[in-house]
Amino acid sequence: MSHHYESPVRDPLVYGNKSYHDISVDIAYPIEHKAGKLWWISFTIAMITFLFGLGCITYTVGTGIGTWGLNRTIGWAWDITNFVWWIGIGHAGTLISAVLLLFRQRWRMSVNRSAEAMTIFAVVMAAIFPVIHMGRPWLAYWVFPIPNQFGSFWINFNSALLWDVFAISTYFSVSVVFWYMGLLPDFAMVRDRATKPFSKKMYSIMSMGWGGKAKHWQRHEELSLVLAGLATPLVFSVHTIVSFDFSTSVIKGWHSTVYPPYFVAGAIFSGFAMVQTLLGVMRKVMHLEDYVTRGHIEVMNKIILVTGGMVAIAYASEFYVGWYSGSRYEDFTYFSPGAAVGPYWWAFWALIACNILIPSLLWIRKIRRSFFWSFIISIVVNIGMWFERFDIIVVNLSRDYLPAGWTMFMPTVIDVGTFIGTIGFFFVLYLLYARSFPVISQAELKTILKTSGDNYKKTHTEEDHHEH
Amino acid sequence: MSTKIIYGLYGDDDDLLKAVDAFKKDGIDIKEVYTPFPVHGLDTALGLRKTRISDLAFFYGVYGTLLASVMTWYMMNHDWPQNIGGKPAFTWFENMPAFVPIMFELTVFCAAHLMSLTFLTRNKLYPGGKAQNPDPRTTDDKFLMEIESDDVERIKTAFINTGAEEVTVRDLTTV
Repeated sequence: MSHHYESPVRDPLVYGNKSYHDISVDIAYPIEHKAGKLWWISFTIAMITFLFGLGCITYTVGTGIGTWGLNRTIGWAWDITNFVWWIGIGHAGTLISAVLLLFRQRWRMSVNRSAEAMTIFAVVMAAIFPVIHMGRPWLAYWVFPIPNQFGSFWINFNSALLWDVFAISTYFSVSVVFWYMGLLPDFAMVRDRATKPFSKKMYSIMSMGWGGKAKHWQRHEELSLVLAGLATPLVFSVHTIVSFDFSTSVIKGWHSTVYPPYFVAGAIFSGFAMVQTLLGVMRKVMHLEDYVTRGHIEVMNKIILVTGGMVAIAYASEFYVGWYSGSRYEDFTYFSPGAAVGPYWWAFWALIACNILIPSLLWIRKIRRSFFWSFIISIVVNIGMWFERFDIIVVNLSRDYLPAGWTMFMPTVIDVGTFIGTIGFFFVLYLLYARSFPVISQAELKTILKTSGDNYKKTHTEEDHHEH
Repeated sequence: MSTKIIYGLYGDDDDLLKAVDAFKKDGIDIKEVYTPFPVHGLDTALGLRKTRISDLAFFYGVYGTLLASVMTWYMMNHDWPQNIGGKPAFTWFENMPAFVPIMFELTVFCAAHLMSLTFLTRNKLYPGGKAQNPDPRTTDDKFLMEIESDDVERIKTAFINTGAEEVTVRDLTTV
């Protein structure tokens, strides 16, 4: 069949001689079977860290943000670092599901579901930080444009922080909807396979009665395409607006026009690193080796290389401008000769090592195609991108315009505990997701089986040879 | 003879597409097709019209832009104008550049959510809705064609000739 033809140069995307039914069985397996020992161990560790974080958050809310390491000079530090870090991680999910859909990248189909789950959970983690930083989180609804008891006192639409509220709530809700619409046919598959009454009932509620009618599929594909078209500018806008939180201010080092593209590239860079970290574990634990292949790892590493390169150029230009401007204040920005040898030299060099030097190893094909090294490098990039945000925020603030205000920031146990707690919470959600949701968008994957499955591909190539 | 529903179950998407073409040629009216995944070219083979939900999405987006414009005008320039950092608050047009992010976000918000709601409503999908596929295997690896006809035998042979794996006949009332 000619319409199933794909160039033999392209590696198969699905290995293991799969049929349509095999895909259903593989994807439904973790849902239909009991969790393994490894899952329970990870879940227990994640739960303990989450509970510790919850304790820290409760203490913060009960006592006040004086429990954090902030001081009069550094009014934003740990919490905003974590907020930007988590939001950035979320970006890879939308990039994979939306931008790569528009570019018709078929390898996306094995990883988009998990990447989107990562996005949604990461945005939830990010949202925790500004909410607890408010000090009175029960008044968090004040950020929304609703009439209130003060008379006609509205929110300030001139503020970048309010733009952020709109950007992140839109991003979160649209990501959830995009994810859920794609899940409908897969929940229906699980529903139709379910034998236990309880799970049948649950998946029947979640699948909303999806039956795969021809007209419904036509609308579904149109919906996915338009949602992808909407999510693409959205994902770029979100981190642009996050960068406005800094760049519209008058703080040296923050007030910089390079921030929006630089933040977006950094977000994709760190997001793909997190996807690599998660998939590195998931493909082993969930036995997805046939679906998440070396080819998948390699393309994602290439994206890490490209976005890492963009970030490196931004660093270089910031550093150059810091030196060339000859301004005293610029010598104290996070990317300046002053920062490289100043009191935060370790944070500066951690950033250079984790974000530029170590990811450069991915230029070597062998490393780029290695599961082990991809996993290690992805963790390094995650750490590096955390330091980038730490440098931007803490290094810039620590050297004020008045030397009398100069100070250092030291996180408290509560600061560190809250951050570790969000990592625990993230993994609690992710592990629960991995056991109850179809982790690969199987309906989509079935559409490419005849073009990109190894068994079908071999037959086509042979047919092709006979014709010539 | 009374009208019956006849189901033909296919095991392969290519067989299904061939069958749809053959049925169209014979002038047999296909009521519905249930597939586990979007079969490429099925909508054109069935002669389905292009869906208009993307056209609606455009208008939902315009609604979002207008909503954001009216909201920012009402709150920032009309109801309680304030001097915030010396930024203009007299007319909406002067103040508007600061509202572009809000206008953009609400455009996307309204377009995406209202389009998804339209999708669910038009497909009669809601939490707890009864499974719309008559055979549970159609979400796994089987392709089901549904035909309403008086001439059961003719349809049966047509199904078997086009390679259907299984043919079932049901009364209209039981569905």
